Formats: sequence, C-alpha cells, structure tokens
Amino acid sequence: MTATFLGIPAPAGVGQLRGDRPFPAAARDALADSQLRRNLGHATGVIRTKRAAAVGELDDWEQLRLAGEAIKRATMARLDDHLVRLEAEVSARGGTVHWARDANEANAIVTGLVQATGATELVKVKSMATQEIGLNAALADAGIIAHETDLAELIIQLGDDVPSHILVPAIHRNRAEIRELFGRKMPGVDPSLTAEPRRLAMAARAHLRRTFLRARVAVSGANFAVADTGALVVVESEGNGRMCLTLPETLITVMGIEKVVPSWRDLEVFLQLLPRSSTGERMNPYTSIWTGVTPGDGPRSFHLVLLDNGRTAALGDAVGRDALHCIRCSACLNVCPVYERVGGHAYGSIYPGPIGAVLSPQLTGIHAGSDDNASLPYASSLCGACYDVCPVRIDIPSLLVRLRTAHVDAARARPLPTAEALTMAAAAWVMSSPTRFAAAETASRLGRLGGRASGRLSSLPPPLSAWTSSRDAPRPPEETFRQWWSRTRGNSA
Amino acid sequence: MVVPHPRQLGVSARDEVLARIRAANANAGLGLGGAVDGPRADGDVAIPRDYRGGGGPAPGSPPLLDLLRRRLIDYRASVVDAAPGDEPAAIRAALAAASVGPTPGSAERGGGAVLVPPGLPASWCPAGVVDDGFTAVELDGFAAVVTACAAACALTGTIALDGSPDQGRRAITLVPDVHVCVVRADQVVHGVPDLLARLDPTRPITLISGPSATSDIEFERVEGVHGPRTLTVILVAAPPAPA
Ligand code: SF4
Repeated sequence: MTATFLGIPAPAGVGQLRGDRPFPAAARDALADSQLRRNLGHATGVIRTKRAAAVGELDDWEQLRLAGEAIKRATMARLDDHLVRLEAEVSARGGTVHWARDANEANAIVTGLVQATGATELVKVKSMATQEIGLNAALADAGIIAHETDLAELIIQLGDDVPSHILVPAIHRNRAEIRELFGRKMPGVDPSLTAEPRRLAMAARAHLRRTFLRARVAVSGANFAVADTGALVVVESEGNGRMCLTLPETLITVMGIEKVVPSWRDLEVFLQLLPRSSTGERMNPYTSIWTGVTPGDGPRSFHLVLLDNGRTAALGDAVGRDALHCIRCSACLNVCPVYERVGGHAYGSIYPGPIGAVLSPQLTGIHAGSDDNASLPYASSLCGACYDVCPVRIDIPSLLVRLRTAHVDAARARPLPTAEALTMAAAAWVMSSPTRFAAAETASRLGRLGGRASGRLSSLPPPLSAWTSSRDAPRPPEETFRQWWSRTRGNSA
Repeated sequence: MVVPHPRQLGVSARDEVLARIRAANANAGLGLGGAVDGPRADGDVAIPRDYRGGGGPAPGSPPLLDLLRRRLIDYRASVVDAAPGDEPAAIRAALAAASVGPTPGSAERGGGAVLVPPGLPASWCPAGVVDDGFTAVELDGFAAVVTACAAACALTGTIALDGSPDQGRRAITLVPDVHVCVVRADQVVHGVPDLLARLDPTRPITLISGPSATSDIEFERVEGVHGPRTLTVILVAAPPAPA
C-alpha cells in the first residue's frame, strides 16, 4: 500500500462536509426514529423499482457503464489539460472563469460577483457543490438572500432542515409533514391545501413564480462541462433550473473540477446513464446546455467558478481518486442497506450513503480517530450493491477498505492512541491480511444467523467486536465482499 | 477573460489548482510519463464505445414515429398527427384542446394570447404574437407558445430546441403554461447518440422530455411544476402511401 498522499483538504469550519458528531452516535439516534425509517423505506423502494425498469430497457447498459468509467478515468489522467481547454472555450464565448482553491475562496468569489450587480437576493437551482461550500450561509453573512427553487430544497429551506439525499434532499419527509410545513411557513398559502403531492407541487409553483420573474441573479451547479466546446450542462425535472439559467441577467455556476468531460460526444454516454440511474426515467424532463453568453437569449453575464476544495487531495490516491468519477445519480444510496436504515443525516456531510462514505473523508482529509468523518468508511457492510448499480462502475467496497487502512495509518502516528483508533487499528490489522480478513468475514457471515430476527447485529466477532459494541451494525450479506469479489473478478485480491 | 482571485498575491488560484492536479496525478502514478493504470484521454482511442451509437431505424421511418408517439404519451405529453401543410389546423386544434381559445383583440403584450418565435412560418399561427424581447413578467401573461424544434429522439421521447429562429430564445418556451411544438418526421432519430450528433453544441440547447415534473415528494412523479404544464407535440408526417 502506498503512503497516503498529503493533498490540501477542504478547510474545516465552512460548508457541509462534516457533521457535528461521528456517524455511530448519529446513526444510533436515527435508528430510533421509526417514522424516518418508514419514509426512507418507502421512497427508496419506489425508486429502486423504477431504476431497475429504466435500466432493463437498454440492452447496451453494461457497455454504457464501461464507456462511462473509461471516460472518467481518462479525464482524471489529464484533468489539468481539460480544465485549461474548458477555460479557453468558455472565455472565448463570453463567459468569465474563476478558480477557487477551497470553500472560502469560492464563497468570496460568488459573494463579490453578486455584490457587483447590486442585487440583494438571488435564485438558486439545486447544486451539491454550493451546499458543500455552505454558500447560502456566506451570502447571508453579506446580507444576500438565496432562494432555493428546487421543490425538495425549498422544503429543506422552509423547514430550516438539512438535506439527507443527493437527488431528493427531503426524502426523510413524507407528504403529511410537508403539508404541515407549507401551512406554517409559506406566506399566503391556501388553508385548504391537502397533502396530495400534486397540490403541494402547485403550491410551490405559485409561491416561487414572483421570485423567478423578478430575479436578476442566479446561482447554479453543473452536471457536466464539455471541455472541447465550453458547454455547461444542467439536468433537472421541474423547470426551476431553466428559470434560473434563462431569466436572470447574471448567472454564476459553481462546479467541482471533476465535472469536466473531454468532448461533446461523451455526453451521449452520460445523458443515458444519469437519468435512468437517478430518477429511473428514460430522460429527465429538462436538460439545459449553454456555452458562455448568447446575445438575445438568456443571461448577459456568465461566470464559471471551478472549485477544488479537497478534490485534488482525493486525486492523489491511486485508489481513492475513483470517487471523483461520481455523477451524483444517488443510485448507490437507494440500494444501500445502511443508508436505508439510518438516512442521510447520520453521515454528517451533504454527501451521504456509500459515495459519501468514500468521498467526504477524502475531501476533508483522513485524520486520526477523533475526526468525525473518520468513522464513515466503516459505515458499510461491504455488500457490493452500490458497485452493481453505479453507472460509472465505482468500486465503492474497495475504496472503503482502502480508506479504512489510510485512517488507521493516520491513527498510528498518534503517540497515545484513542480507544477508537485502537479498535480501528485492529480492524485494519484483520483487513490488511487476506487470510485474516477472510477468516473474520466468514465469522461475521456466521453472525448473520444470529442477526436474522432483527435484521441487525449487535456485535461482530473479535477484534471487530470492539467496534460494533458501540454500533448497531447491519446484518452482513449472504455473500461476503471477498466471495463476491472472487466470483465476479475470478481472482484473489 | 480569466480572473485571478484578488486576495492571493504571487501564485494565482488557477496556477495552484493546476499544480495540485499535476502533483496528484504524478503521485497516483499517472501523467508525467509514469505508470498508467487506465486509458489516457488521448482523443477517443482508449474509450470503449461498444454501446449502440448511431444507426437503427432510418430517421422519420414509421416505426420510429410510433416509438416517439408512445414515449411522449408515456411521459404525459399529448400528440397530434398532421400531414405536411396541415400545420395551421393541427395547431388550432392543439390550442383548443389545451383550452387556449382565439382571443381576438388581445394580441398584444400577453393578455392570454399565443406567443410565437420570429421565424415560425407565418401561416402556422396567424393570431400569434411574435416575440420581440418581452420581459419575464410580460411572458407570464401569454397563455401558450408555438414553436418548431431542432430534432427529436424517439427512444427517450425527447424534443430538442436550439434557439433557431423558428424556436426562439429559451425563455419563451418556459414561462407560458402551454407549449405546442411542431416536429417534422425527418427530424426524428432513434437514440441519444443520434440526437446529440444532430445538435450544434455551441448553441443554447434545451432537451425536453414531457412536461415539467417532480419526484421530490416520496419519489412519486407529479407532472407540472415550473415549466409548461401542458406539452403538445404535433407530429408532421406524410400519410403512408396507399399499397
Ligand atoms: S457513486 Fe455511482 S451510484 Fe453512487 S451517486 Fe455516484 S455515480 Fe451514482
């Protein structure tokens, strides 16, 4: 194993990449919330079925996944060249490109751009990158109000809540809870509003209409940016994205550097993989694609902010870098037995679930046992379902094992190990040897028999038991990770 | 234009991020001629593109039109069939079906009228008000918009607009509540690769698959949020020749 690459991680104290307590404690509380588990179980069940049907319609799905994986791997290998090309193309078509080393720098750039327009409010289309950097809070500090316009983001914003899913941030809320919230927080809402999703969506339409029509500035993220043409791509459903991208005079797009794809043709792969994997649709209702500024059509001023914020630290790890291939479809969350039970909030970061468990700790840096994100790579049963559904074939189980080792390496450097570091070191000692890992895994599979009644285990065999004694671990799968690995790869790791 | 961040003197954020990328790739054994653990992004050479590319049924062939019709209806768009030359009648019927009546005398600045882009054939919608750069609030006063399209994808039920004169700027197909879109048979291709190959990536493009929708409440799909709640596609094809 190579030594951990010491890149520059995302700074602490800004944005939403860390929770205020470690996963095990947050997960314990979430498990006690039966309403939350019902809401999650229902919603993830619906979307799993839809995704399977949409994917099943294509007989070239595996070829698309292989192409998606290869494009992402090739892009990362020459990420610098592609970003420089993107910058040149966007600039040539009337856009302005900014670079941000971290969340603070990105927030300062966006705040400055908004202040230069004189606007004191703006409309926002759902974007993980701006959640990650805590942009709304930074804008509020400067006296600028950011109106979230995605229905789920609106639910979160009105409820002073935190997103719990990449695609459907309010997945933890059911219709009755949303009806109650709208009645309480939406000015002028019809008192006869029912909890029917259609009526709730109409209430949101009426509520946001005036805001859209008067907005002078918008902030968006981007799903893809095409280096060879400078095209930015935003994929959405409701039309709030189109409103933000089209009506205001000034558009500011904040994008992680890993979102670039080399060529226009690459979109033919991702525009098939993404909608079928995320909402389970053949195609999402609206996809907007634009380059720079078009006279007479849309914003007169376009700014693109390219964000690092720990991404280059992840890029420096030969294994962990694959987490940067993620296209944020959320399919891995929807199939994850851990996510389904604890929900997104337990992960602390706005990137929850399997991808969050490998992405968040790499963005924030992998520190010794006391870091809240350090326990995330352990928030998995390594069952492999996430890898099977991932449209770009990110081998999340392998990344989790790699990060556990990296974490223990960090913990080893401490003169007086904490109890958690010691138990994690023991876990890593087991996992660093193929024989020991196999033995412990078989033992934990035997534990499945004991866990059958509740679907969860209260302990794992020693030395892993020291860790599970404070965690309600999900029941291990029928097939262990290693068994799955050798079955699907035909060799031993 | 490239703007270095003002706070940083010396090394710009741009140069630092690029340097970090190069160092990270070198550390991971990529770049700088080091060991490569995957294909390099040298053009397309290393990307396996064994998925279905172009090809399939010929553009505009009857099975393709049939597929498009079914996929549009599946996502709650309406479809009206028309023969070439019958566009005006089909547009009138589509507007009437969407409860947008002819409103004589109200054909200025909204008022429930029908909006059309400057390049739409004048005979298609004689009562239409030509877009001359209305404000967002003014656009909100129009009941419907009628446009042509750039291309359509049968497999996904997608129509593509690219801002050409017969489609207009993006805002006009967004704010009015009814969008009637005329699709010619020869514009209908099979899959996503065929669709993208037909589009000019430097134009402002909108891909539309059914009316706006949300799945944000319990993952239940609900049609009609901020974009037009009614989407009617007029499919213009020569009737099959008698056998
Ligand atoms: S890791 Fe894969 S499955 Fe999970 S959100 Fe990202 S792209 Fe989707």
